[in-house]
Amino acid sequence: MAKKIKILKNMIGYDIKVTESTKEMIDKTKVDNNIENKNYKIVTRNVNVYYGDFHAIKNVSLNFPENTVTAFIGPSGCGKSTFLRLLNRMNDYIDGFRMDGEIIIDNENIYEKTIDVEKLRKRVGMVFQKPNPFPKSIFENVAYGLRIQGFSNKNFLMERVEKALRQVGLWDEVKDNLKKNAYALSGGQQQRLCIARTLAVEPEIILMDEPTSALDPIAMAKIEQLIFELRNEYTIVIVTHNLQQAGRVSDYTAFFYLGELIEYGKTYDVFTNPKNKKTENYITGRFG
Amino acid sequence: MYSRAKYIDKIFEKIGFVVTYSCIFLLLILFVIILIKGIGRLNISFLTSLPSRFPEKAGILTPMFGTLWILILTTIFAFPLGVAAGIYLEEYMKKSRFTNIIEINISNLAGVPSIIYGLLGLEIFVRIFKFGPTILSGSLTLTLLILPIIIVATRESIRAVPQTIKDASYALGASKWQTIWFHVLPAAFGGILTGVILAISRAVGEAAPLIVVGALAYVPFIPSSPFDEFSVLPIQIFNWISRPQKEFIINASAAIVILLVITIMLNNIAIYFRNRWQKKLKF
Repeated sequence: MAKKIKILKNMIGYDIKVTESTKEMIDKTKVDNNIENKNYKIVTRNVNVYYGDFHAIKNVSLNFPENTVTAFIGPSGCGKSTFLRLLNRMNDYIDGFRMDGEIIIDNENIYEKTIDVEKLRKRVGMVFQKPNPFPKSIFENVAYGLRIQGFSNKNFLMERVEKALRQVGLWDEVKDNLKKNAYALSGGQQQRLCIARTLAVEPEIILMDEPTSALDPIAMAKIEQLIFELRNEYTIVIVTHNLQQAGRVSDYTAFFYLGELIEYGKTYDVFTNPKNKKTENYITGRFG
Repeated sequence: MYSRAKYIDKIFEKIGFVVTYSCIFLLLILFVIILIKGIGRLNISFLTSLPSRFPEKAGILTPMFGTLWILILTTIFAFPLGVAAGIYLEEYMKKSRFTNIIEINISNLAGVPSIIYGLLGLEIFVRIFKFGPTILSGSLTLTLLILPIIIVATRESIRAVPQTIKDASYALGASKWQTIWFHVLPAAFGGILTGVILAISRAVGEAAPLIVVGALAYVPFIPSSPFDEFSVLPIQIFNWISRPQKEFIINASAAIVILLVITIMLNNIAIYFRNRWQKKLKF
């Protein structure tokens, strides 16, 4: 245990107090040894992505176990965001986008022609880099995903909005001002609101594209805590430029470089014992 | 002693000042001269009289109603068409060489002289569709004239809506139309409305295409349906100015004041809407 805590300290980048949650985290790495028995929520096979002539993702196969957090790390332009956005088909609108290979969520290839993209996105939520609330009230922000599904019962919406805001720990801060414009909130609150908005639709998978890069350290810590709590119910994939963040919140880490998947494994292993030289160079800060 | 860069800065500021204020000043002088000339005829009876060959009896009742008809009908035709086309071009159309040509040409259409539209309207609406020289033909012709302006304005306003907002909507499972309806249009609406109102205020001031379509200068009745013959203020002004009697110049000046008031009012409404929507929506 002591050795593990020491490694963990190096991994997450600051001195940690050994509290219940760190113990839980260490236990998690232990539990994770059995993770191979878990179901794969997302399976991807031989995925290639092209933007016009540019080959953005090169033959990546990567599987995501259910109810875990997987982090994508790598230098800018390495394709990690592109790969993330494949999982809810957010690249579809980009001009010149083409892909081949298979992305299977719950035994269904999501790039099949018969797939209803809107339904898919209700199951695969997404949180973006910059907090992007709608220029509407706090309540309407969270309720929007339900409204577009046709729900209009005031009590039902209120119930779901409250639940989502409680999940992200925002309820007590905003419960008296639900009618206030979301832009009146601070950056960190806005990002938690965006996560609440995603949770209100009750997705199974949450994709996060550098969710804390525009936030201050305290707001970042809150979001990370939140991710840690959400992992029990959701399969989470997070892109981050912050290696320590990957160390803190993820169970699995995938290292991308120039569109290729260089290394993938349990976060603990990737950080303490990287198999590939490039990974080692990256996580020790020699490039990137 | 100024450095060179600062010197240029100062000079440009002075030039800019002179240019800007001389524009406003010229406009003001023009307005004042016309006002002085026309003030003698600016009264209620001028607004409520039918045209006449006696200048002191002639009024602008019928061309004013003609302008009103044209304004309303043109809005009804051009607003939905232009906005729909703008939305399609910006949000739905797939990029290809063919669509590129369409895009460029829509912008070019905004620069085609209005008399060409008049000739087009004459051939299509008056002759082929057999609407005759009526309000309907006139407003359809003006619709063609201002459609490109509305389309361009719509596209620009839509493009100004941040992609992050659209992404957020799509990521929650919204369809394209839901995203457009709930986010893109509300955010772009101030800009679209401004474009539409400015385009219409341009249409209100047009004389050339309507003359070609066959609007009359002498209409002794108030038009009561889109299938009536009509006149509009600019044509009435043009007609009065070309008369030999000096007294008609006074009438023309008075009518110009009315026309200016109408266009300035429309412009101010546009500014009001733009400010209101900008205040409501901040990104």
